[in-house]
Amino acid sequence: MQNQDYIKDWVKIRNNRVFHCGSLLFENKEADLNKFLKCVYSELNLDYPKFHKMDGLSKLGILASEILFTSNSFSEETALIFSNKSSSLEADRQFQASTESFASPALFVYTLPNIVLGEISIKFNLKGENAFFVSEKFDTELITDYTSALLKEEKAPQAVCGWLNLQNDEYDVFLCLISSRGKTLFSEENLEHLYYFE
Amino acid sequence: MTNLHTELKKSIIEQLNLEDMQVEDIASDEPLFGDGLGLDSIDALELIVLLEKDYGIKLTDPTQGREIFTSVNRMAEFIEENRTK
Repeated sequence: MQNQDYIKDWVKIRNNRVFHCGSLLFENKEADLNKFLKCVYSELNLDYPKFHKMDGLSKLGILASEILFTSNSFSEETALIFSNKSSSLEADRQFQASTESFASPALFVYTLPNIVLGEISIKFNLKGENAFFVSEKFDTELITDYTSALLKEEKAPQAVCGWLNLQNDEYDVFLCLISSRGKTLFSEENLEHLYYFE
Repeated sequence: MTNLHTELKKSIIEQLNLEDMQVEDIASDEPLFGDGLGLDSIDALELIVLLEKDYGIKLTDPTQGREIFTSVNRMAEFIEENRTK
């Protein structure tokens, strides 16, 4: 019998709301992105000073991953397969603005989208495969195919995959934990359904 | 503690995003790196920028930082000796 992969758990962060497996975990009306992210940080009882030095994209990735990894057991070989539309544009713009006076090294280190994967790997001691794709919209076919191939070829025992976008302080986060155990079959259709409708 | 010490501590907290930390939490003789404040290599670069931006001091030899950034006391001493603004 062919091995099946499942969407074991998922997190969404959108419009001042944090959802875990479809249930509302947190919401507030804070208009400022950084203040909203700090509220979520406090809500999750995080104690990770490095968080405050990160760019918005990394903060979003850390918060979503925190929910997934504290709710589930995970291997250090867990793969991270993320995608978005805006790459690291937000950090790029902030860094560019800083160059008009004194270029900020702390901003410069976030001028690549895959830095968030490194931050998550450091926080959770992950040593597995990772990839960050940039596409116009959430390409469920690409993410499903790539993640399934990694799992099928036993490059990773499980994976966190999805969409992590930030542009002009507007954010859209949808990360899923893919495992050999779960209730929702890992398929393009189910991924799309969870992203758009759940 | 001089005004410069307090000013430096405020700048370090603000520049390095040391959230939840107050001026009084930083001892003037406390190591900034390693076991002290636990700053990292990117923070060291930010401190070099801080010296130039706020005090007009341009470090020509980056290895100087290792000796200057040992504590707030040492930073203040170096600034007093070399500041151009």
